Parts: sequence; structure tokens; C-alpha cells
Amino acid sequence: MSVEASEIVILPGPELPEEKSGIKESARRKLSSPWAVVVVVFITVIWTIPTVGLLVTSFRPAADAQNTGWWTFFRNPAVTFSNYAEVITGGTTMGTGIMPYFFNSFAIAIPAAIFPLILASMAAYAIAWVPFKGAVWIFFGIFALQVVPLQMALLPLLQMFNLGWSIGDIPIFPDLNKPGSQQSLLAGTYIPLWIAHTMFALPLAIFLLHNFMAQLPRDLMEAARVDGAGHFLIFRKIVLPLSIPAIASFAIFQFLWVWNDLLVAITFAGGTPDVAPITSYLATIKGSYGAQLHLITAGAFIAIIVPLIVFFSLQRFFVRGLLAGSVKG
Amino acid sequence: MTESVRFEDVSLLYPGGTVPAVSHLNLTIEKGEFLVLVGPSGCGKSTSLRMVAGLEPISDGKIFIGDRDVTNVAAKDRDIAMVFQNYALYPHMSVGENMAFALKIQKVPKEEIARRVQEAAKLLDLTEYVDRKPKALSGGQRQRVAMGRAIVREPHVFLMDEPLSNLDAKLRVQTRTQIAALQKRLGTTTIYVTHDQVEAMTMGDRVAVLKDGILQQVDTPRKLYDEPANAFVATFIGSPSMNIIHAKVVDGGAEFGGTVLPIEREVLAKADSDHVLVGVRPEDLNLAESGPEMKVTLVEELGADTFVYGTTPDGVNELVARSRGFTSPRVGDTVHVDPQRTYVFTATGTQARIK
Repeated sequence: MSVEASEIVILPGPELPEEKSGIKESARRKLSSPWAVVVVVFITVIWTIPTVGLLVTSFRPAADAQNTGWWTFFRNPAVTFSNYAEVITGGTTMGTGIMPYFFNSFAIAIPAAIFPLILASMAAYAIAWVPFKGAVWIFFGIFALQVVPLQMALLPLLQMFNLGWSIGDIPIFPDLNKPGSQQSLLAGTYIPLWIAHTMFALPLAIFLLHNFMAQLPRDLMEAARVDGAGHFLIFRKIVLPLSIPAIASFAIFQFLWVWNDLLVAITFAGGTPDVAPITSYLATIKGSYGAQLHLITAGAFIAIIVPLIVFFSLQRFFVRGLLAGSVKG
Repeated sequence: MTESVRFEDVSLLYPGGTVPAVSHLNLTIEKGEFLVLVGPSGCGKSTSLRMVAGLEPISDGKIFIGDRDVTNVAAKDRDIAMVFQNYALYPHMSVGENMAFALKIQKVPKEEIARRVQEAAKLLDLTEYVDRKPKALSGGQRQRVAMGRAIVREPHVFLMDEPLSNLDAKLRVQTRTQIAALQKRLGTTTIYVTHDQVEAMTMGDRVAVLKDGILQQVDTPRKLYDEPANAFVATFIGSPSMNIIHAKVVDGGAEFGGTVLPIEREVLAKADSDHVLVGVRPEDLNLAESGPEMKVTLVEELGADTFVYGTTPDGVNELVARSRGFTSPRVGDTVHVDPQRTYVFTATGTQARIK
């Protein structure tokens, strides 16, 4: 599932007129040679085979899936939808089924993609276009934060959500424990997940959006200023619409990352069925019911549908030449 | 309502720089006047314009729009409209939206916005393009949209930063006259920046010549041409530029290339060294039977005129003469020239005109 995500990381530039360089042309020529096509097709096929295996297995009867490899399906085709039915309804062994977790994933991933985008786009604009002392250093600082591994921050964050955090006597994050119990008010809510995902996403989001926004032509901002627009209007009316390709790229990237995340989810949501996402559920199918290959694959395919829809529906925002006609190069 | 603009001893020194980009600029642009700022690149003309817009800081001095001191007023609150060299149209908005943008910010009523945009579009011949995006327009149309965006504002002042430099030569001449006519019609105070002295001479009510951040002269085009304040203005205005001859001060005149050019005693008394600069416009330097000699190095036939380029026999001074004759000299010939009307500048310092 992470295949799509890794393809999106390359952000399209703002596509200034003078960017029609020879490098791009020669790269295009090299990539369209027949040998390159053969290699690309070969790699694509190899890359896709495991997913095809997954898909085939998800439609095979339980006994077949347990005992023979998926490729034997082509000699002995037997198709059933009962795997999907069992995963969705819960059937006899699967408890509530996948649907509550499916919706949890949405409830986690959508805000966790929107929050960092709102914060990061504003921060990126400020660093790129609001002149203030130390902007460069703040940007470097944020950039440097990307080297902090997520895993290192998990436990301190968990502690912060549960016990609060203060420097000396100054409270930075309040102690949200219910009076007289060891239960945090945040337990059983999506809030810790949203906060965690937002925090982990911000450095990269600010970095990418800043680099995109900084390339927008200065004259546009100046024209808007002369037209009477302040920073907020310039941001909303000029910079945001022109940054749609970058924002869409990052939205897809972040949504898929959160959708596929398991580590952050089980750390902050625990196994509680009212907040745990679909990945957590898939892990439990495997864990508590032994190797139920036919069910895992069916569950995985339900989980895969959403990233595919997101990717294809947002893809149209990767429009090129958004700046065409604005400034003459 | 249109307003005057006044620079009061304005200077700009960029942080870390040693030479000011603009130095002690004193200049008043009257209500409704079309003033052209002209000079070679890096002379501070665009910087001065951007100071009025509020896009450039001011280290020293004050700028007034009307009676209002705008030195520390943000660009968005100055009520000026600017046309950028590369137009800076908002690429995601249609032509109409581009023009309406500033009005929407000012919270002008919708019907009023529509009326003004329609009016401007009609004036600029853009009516059928109002719904198009800038990328679907030609260079000339984009330029007109940029003008339209300024016109609908009905601002205190128009600022134009080389708005014609991205157009091809023919369109530039055409648009030049259109802009000048439009300005007359609207009567809005306009500051226009260009490096092209022809544009400056044809468009401006007055022209301000800048060099190295210092104002050299402000005057009407005619006076600038006839009475340049110094050798720089003299050579900058006019094409081909004025001949400047290094001549030695002798009794009763200035001597170069073996000839003495008679100059009045009072004039020579004002010279600050034993040399002066003698200026002659190419059209005042005619080929003649006798007079100073010139060795021809290049002949340019332009149809109506023929310009003869050459050097004095000692090779020190380069000259350009306009030949009206039907037979023009050939390269390598030696001809005589006859300076009809001369200017004299001091050879050092500001090279001020003394005659």
C-alpha cells in the first residue's frame, strides 16, 4: 500500500515559464526510448505481482487459501465472496467486523491530514513572504526537526497526554486525568492521534510548502500589496490558490501515511474498538485468529480501496502551468 | 481623486551597502502631471518608483502624496496603482477578476465594480476577453489588462515600471501613444519609469534624468534636449548621442585635432581645468568643405538620414555626423566637419554646462 505514497513525494514545481529547460527535454527523450519502456513495464509487473496474489487469495475459499499457494488458483479456480462477507459483518468469529474500524480510520486520517495542512501552509507563507528577523533560522530549525525519529517521540508524547507536562512550575500541557482516577480525559478519543500525526507531519509539510511558495513570483505579492491586500488576503486569495498542486500532493501523502499507520495508532489509541483504525484491526485478525490468510487479504483489500480513491480523485489537482500568463519571463 | 507626489530629500542606503541607491532626491510631481524617470540601469529610477509604492524602504527623507506624509504608510494603504514590467497578473483569476481584485478589497459595491470593470475593458478594447484567463492572452493584451487593473482603481497616482519593455518594437510605439493619450484623458498623476530615452521624450510632460541615484535634471523634453544641465544628460538624451569632444583650452577657444573652435572668453573663464568638453549634436555636425578633419570608420544609412561615424586624426575623440547629401563618404575617407551649434561643459566634477 505504501507504493502509491512513495510516488507522490516529488512535488511539482510552480512551473514558471522559464523552467522549460533543456534538462527536462533530454530526460523526456531518454525515458521514452524503447529499452526504458521495456524496463519500466518489467519493474511494474514485478512490483504488482504481490498485490495480485493478495487480491486472488482474498477471493479463494478458506481451505484453498490455507493449504495451497495463490498461483494454483489459475489451475483450480474457485471464487467465493464469503471472505469479504465475514470480514465486513464480523460473521461468527470476527466480532464487530471491519466497518467500525474503517470509519475510525476516516475519523483519524481526514483531520490528521487537514490540521497539518492548515498550520503548515500558514507557517510556510509566513517564513517565505513575511519579512522578519530570524526567518531563515526558524526554517532551518524546522527542517532539522525532520531528523528526529518518530519512534523517539512516542513515549514522551504518551506521557504528556496522560500526565501533562510542565517546565518547572509552568504548565505547558495540562494534566488531563479525571479527578481521582488514572484515566486521562483524552483516552478513548481521537484527539491524541490527531495531535500526534499533526506534530509528526508539520516539519515536512512546512518544508515542502515553503519551498513551493517561495518560488511564486515576488511581483504577484507586490501587485497584491499595491492593490490593497494585507498578508492574510494575499495568503488566501493569491498564495493558496496557486499552491494547490503542492497542497494536494501533501494532502494525498499525509492522508495515505495516516491511513496506513499502525505504530502511532496502537500507541495512542490502544486496541479500543471505538478509536482504533483499520490497520490495528488487520493486525488483530492476524494475531488472535492465527494465520487466517483469506480474511487478512480480504480486509487488506477493503483497506486499499480508500487510498486508491483518494489518489485518483486528487490527482487532477496536479495541474501544470498554473502560473502561465502571470508574469512574462 | 488624483494627487501630487513630493520627494523631500529622500535617500535609500541598503543595509550593508556603502553607495546609496537613491541619494537626496528632491522632486515634486504636480497634480495630473506625467513625469518620466529615466536613466541607465542601476540608476535608482525603479527604486524611486517603488518607494512611492511603499515596496521599498526609505532610509532618510519623506515622501508625500498630496498633503499626506506616506513615508511610514504600508503599501496597501497608499491608494496608488502600479503597472509592473512583467504585468504580474493573477494567473488564477480571469481578466475581469484581475481588474476587480482591488475594488473587492475596498468593499466597493458589486454593481459599481461591474460598471468600472466594463468601462475600463471598453476603454482598453478588452471587452471580449473579460472572462479569459491571462494565459489565453497575447503579450499586448496582458499589458492592457495590467493597465486596466490600475485604471479601475481611480487611484491618487499611477506608477508604471517599464510597462512596455516586454512588447515588440511596433506594438511598443503604438502602446506608447495610447498610454500617453489615456493619461491625458484620465488626468491622473503618473510616474513612469523607463530606460528608453525615446519613450521618455515622447510621453513625459517633464522628464527626470537619474544617474547613480542622483537626480541630474528635471525639465520638459524640449528643454532637456536644448539645455542639458551637464554632459551626462546631454549624451543620454538624443539618439545617436551627442558628440563629446575633449578639447584643450587655448586663447580664444578650445583646441582639438589641430583646429581651434572659437569660444567666448566669459565661457572659458568658467572652466575648472585646462580642458573643457565640447558637445555637438550629430545633426549639428555637418559634413563640410573645410573645418576639423574626421576619419570615417562606419557609415549607417537609415533612409532619411545617414550617420557618419569617425575619429579625429589624433584618434582621441569619436564623432558622429549626420550627412544630408545624396553621396555619403566611404569608410576610410577623411572628411571635414562643421560644428553648427556647440555646448561647452567643464571637464571635471559634475561636468556642468557652461555654455
